[in-house]
Amino acid sequence: MDWGQILSNTAAYLISPETIAYALAALGLALHFGYTGLLNFGQAGFMAIGAYGYAISILSFGAPWWVGILVGIVGSVIFAFILGIPTLRLRADYLAIVTIAAAEIVRLLFTTQAFDEYTNSADGLGNYHAGFRAANPIPEGTYGFGPWVYNETQWWVRIFGILLVVVAALIVWALMRSPWGRVIKGIREDEDAVRALGKNVFAYKMQSLVIGGVFGALGGVVLALPSAVVPSVYVTSLTFFLYTILLLGGAATVFGPIVGSVIFWVIMAFLSNALPQMVNAGLLPFMTTTQSQVLRFILVGVALMLIVIFRPQGIFGNKKELTFVK
Amino acid sequence: MQIALRARKRRSRFMVLVFAALCAAFALSLVPLSAATADEVGTDEYDFIFSGNVKNDGVPLEDVLISVSGNGYEAEVETDAEGKWRIGVPEKDTYEITLDESTLPDGVIVAEGSATTEVEFGLTSNKSVNFFLGEGVRVTVSFWDQLADRAVNGLNFGLMLALAAIGASLVFGTTGLSNFAHAEFVTFGAIAAMVFSTYLSMPILIAIPLAVILSGALGFVLDLGLFRPLRRRGIGIVQLMIVSIGLSLALRYTFQYFIGGGTYQLPGAGAAEINLFGAVSLTVTDMVSMVVSVVVLLAVAYWLQRTRVGKATRAISDNASLAAASGIDVDRVIRIVWILAAALAGLSGILWAYFRPGIKWDMGAGILLLIFAAITLGGLGTAFGALVGSLVVGMIVEVSTLWIPSDLKYVGALIVLILVLLVRPQGILGRRERIG
Repeated sequence: MDWGQILSNTAAYLISPETIAYALAALGLALHFGYTGLLNFGQAGFMAIGAYGYAISILSFGAPWWVGILVGIVGSVIFAFILGIPTLRLRADYLAIVTIAAAEIVRLLFTTQAFDEYTNSADGLGNYHAGFRAANPIPEGTYGFGPWVYNETQWWVRIFGILLVVVAALIVWALMRSPWGRVIKGIREDEDAVRALGKNVFAYKMQSLVIGGVFGALGGVVLALPSAVVPSVYVTSLTFFLYTILLLGGAATVFGPIVGSVIFWVIMAFLSNALPQMVNAGLLPFMTTTQSQVLRFILVGVALMLIVIFRPQGIFGNKKELTFVK
Repeated sequence: MQIALRARKRRSRFMVLVFAALCAAFALSLVPLSAATADEVGTDEYDFIFSGNVKNDGVPLEDVLISVSGNGYEAEVETDAEGKWRIGVPEKDTYEITLDESTLPDGVIVAEGSATTEVEFGLTSNKSVNFFLGEGVRVTVSFWDQLADRAVNGLNFGLMLALAAIGASLVFGTTGLSNFAHAEFVTFGAIAAMVFSTYLSMPILIAIPLAVILSGALGFVLDLGLFRPLRRRGIGIVQLMIVSIGLSLALRYTFQYFIGGGTYQLPGAGAAEINLFGAVSLTVTDMVSMVVSVVVLLAVAYWLQRTRVGKATRAISDNASLAAASGIDVDRVIRIVWILAAALAGLSGILWAYFRPGIKWDMGAGILLLIFAAITLGGLGTAFGALVGSLVVGMIVEVSTLWIPSDLKYVGALIVLILVLLVRPQGILGRRERIG
């Protein structure tokens, strides 16, 4: 058992691009589900649109990298409208099924051979990094200490991602102390009461769906920045992992999704490093190293159940702000 | 209307995947052009190599003409005795690669529309190119024959979907839960059948009923150990739904833990097809499967309509408090519904394992949304609506492949799901009051 290596690999996930991307997408979900009460099960679709919007506009249309990000954002806004106009009037569980179906449609459209020219079907897209890396202000070299030693490109991805998370968290925080945020939380608690006050509930819900969806798309972009865009990443399980993160940290909080993402990925990284070594050391005689990797995901499912049953408000949440429809 | 189509007997089994040779690391040959054989063109001049291995059913095909064009560059190559070919190209870019069908032996064709493919390099400078070959001749099948074939397949698929959907619909009706773990009941049935038949070497006719009973037991255990205590705590429906998602993840990965990522076959899968009429041909398992589905669905219908517990189930779906007040033991009925739902889903999983064909750890998750589409289309919580919805969804999925690529066939059903919620959220047979 090489504990030094296990801990160092685990610590690397404190600021890995995955952690940052999931934190962004979970922040979007916090806005949807935690604050507005919208049961959006299609966050993976928003992420896919962000990632593909970025990659396709660079590869197929030669756009600069920042235009690629804008295309991803615009794509997610359009998706939010397409999704929201028919479904925001529906009950929570109907909305869940429609959004999950829409996200699957998006994934299947990116996977199919029919648009191979743009999406490269199941193999996904790569080699769109030149523009983003050229914009890197960090001089060439290797920086960092301990487990966090990266070259200038890796740092640029992480710093850019963290900046996005900070901006997104500030936006959510500012929105939630504004009158807009109070209306949004009111919708979560009692939609009819808010409507009786003369507010256009539908418009508020749509604005929330759009903003949270944009955060999801940015999460997709960050996930695409270091390596490639592969359609099999954006499956429904991705959304469910985001819900695990969100509920772990606290659905109706600003820091909950971020801390939740860090905890989720650090635990996943720890298990993915420690379990195979424990198997090899003979501590877990009843499983193989492959099985030990699958075990992590079983634990995610069990954790999700336990959190929802025993601590639905999450680590940071306030018990009074329970966001579940009764 | 006659449309020229190549005879495709059924699904993928017919097409033999020709594995391209694994690209060996490209060794820079210092020997000039003289070293190039007939099966290699331009591999010495250029750094970027397309390569492949043309085989039909394991037999290498010689002298098949492959041509590459793109970026002002063109080259042709013939496969060698081992079916191998390599073409070097000047740039790491997208090229069009064509397999000349007329150079294939008689009776071998390329999968429809894949004789010419656009290929681009990935991260390395080698790229292997696959062509899908299969036995067959170019024949003309009328549009209506195609439609009939697809429709019969759709009916078969719809019936097995109905087995799964009715259970999910009954659970929704009685407990208000959209059960995401229902997909795992489907997988569980198929895996249980495989364990009994393959590992414990029981005859399949004993293994299948045992697997269905075991599925029912799973439903019983989950109700007793998880969902009933949660109902007692008065947990909200959204919370319950997320619990079922957690359960679904945990079960799904537990399956992967035990059976790994591979695909397994039940005994008797892949039997020969018997031509019934026109272009419609089915295997014996297909026919048995349809009969079993119909009989079981009729039995469930009888149970719901005529028996005391069936009537109690419908009463609870209608109004749980009123049912409880009139002396129905709600907990007992819900327990029976869970057992029935899980058993039906397990049976549906077994039949689906023959239809796909194959058992995989995440097979259930693949049709979960179709199950939801079926019960939403029919009207959430109404059992007969689920039946009608399943048949419609099954038909849409299979028949839509006449017009759209088959890897998009689920999209049609999902779009229908969204459209139904837009236009008629209560579904075909639902009542208005169920709208949210």
